Amino acid sequence: MPARSLHPTANWKGHMILDHDDDRRGFLKCMAWAGTGALFAFNGGIGSSIGLDAALAAPVKFGLASFTFAQISDSHIGFNKPPNADARATFRDAIAKVKALPEQPDFIIHTGDVSQLSRDDEFDDADQMLKELERPVFFVPGEHDMLDPDGGKAFLNRFGKGSLGAGWYSFDHRGVHFVALVNVADLKPGGMGNLGPDQLKWLKDDLTGRPSSQPIVVFAHIPLWTVYADWGWGTDDAGQALKLLERFGSVTVLNGHIHQITQKVEGRIAFHTARSTAFPQPAPGTAPSPGPLRVPADRLHSMLGITDARFVRGHDRIALIDSTLTA
Amino acid sequence: MTRSLKILAFQASILVSGMLVMSTVAEVAKAAAAPAAAVQIANFTFKNPIITVKPGTTVSWTNADDIPHTVVSKDGLFKSKVLDSGDKFSFTFAKPGQFGYFCSIHPHMTGTVIVKS
Repeated sequence: MPARSLHPTANWKGHMILDHDDDRRGFLKCMAWAGTGALFAFNGGIGSSIGLDAALAAPVKFGLASFTFAQISDSHIGFNKPPNADARATFRDAIAKVKALPEQPDFIIHTGDVSQLSRDDEFDDADQMLKELERPVFFVPGEHDMLDPDGGKAFLNRFGKGSLGAGWYSFDHRGVHFVALVNVADLKPGGMGNLGPDQLKWLKDDLTGRPSSQPIVVFAHIPLWTVYADWGWGTDDAGQALKLLERFGSVTVLNGHIHQITQKVEGRIAFHTARSTAFPQPAPGTAPSPGPLRVPADRLHSMLGITDARFVRGHDRIALIDSTLTA
Repeated sequence: MTRSLKILAFQASILVSGMLVMSTVAEVAKAAAAPAAAVQIANFTFKNPIITVKPGTTVSWTNADDIPHTVVSKDGLFKSKVLDSGDKFSFTFAKPGQFGYFCSIHPHMTGTVIVKS
């Protein structure tokens, strides 16, 4: 495999250029997906969930896959309290899980909270471990990545090269437009996640002129719909972003932050949140606070995981497969 | 080897936290003359979100959660560094007024310090 940069570059408009080699991956040969999980197929705006047995038959139904990418979220490197004394170890397990995928993803997205406290050693350890994947990794910051004295500079210097503002950018890959949004900067008292007017203006310009038939994938840390307002699990001005996206035929929104899988489909927009690789959080309203769920050690790996996203050409939805870290 | 090291580290941490408790007790005793108030951060809330104090009062916030928080004034008057579990931040309110604050990491967490004579 030719040497290439793990970190993508961007041009002046914050539009990333992903330097991929088209021939390094053949057609889908095997659909023997590892791990437990479910495949979520979205047809014409109506979400349906099928089990792994049905997923194994997916190639017949969908035709040949065009490409896959993987989502890792909320690694919280540095977290060392119950229920996980070593978030580095479970992150290593998550990376092994990605490596074991039968079809290697073209790239990885990390949807934020890379670190626990924005410390250089936490960022560095995450960086070094991710390099083992030998794939480009695209990041957005979580609120835990904004805790250095300069409010996010440590993250941006390492993971946000070429991005704009607090770290937003977009790129195209095999006809799909990917948009990375930041909703953890400059948060307002009493509010939830926040995109801000500058980023919304950039998003409008970024989407202008794109054909409505182009599939769009948006990723950001905090959910772009309100999962649970009492815990701040939402983004105050997400509605303005979604309005800009509603004319597109296929939009997939991938988030983290809440350390559990939630999903919904609204119009032609499919929303999905990923598991954490560090610790689970309670379902909305089921605990006094959204603090770490203290599960027994033997259950921890079954509540952590990764998401494998499969884009199938000619199909208007991305198939998302969530796998736990259980061996 | 590793286990005995861990036990050593654990004992050391108990010793350190014991010393911390003692120094906190000493601080409290020393500060008895100056007015002080405390706000506990727990379960992603400021446990006593509205407190009323006299001018010159030092208010201390302590994070009892497993997740870091901050204490940031809405008008830029004060701003803590990130408070990990057990960390404390203090600010002395010299003048009367109403001072709203929030956690800049979890902005749904808000509180107010009312300072009046």
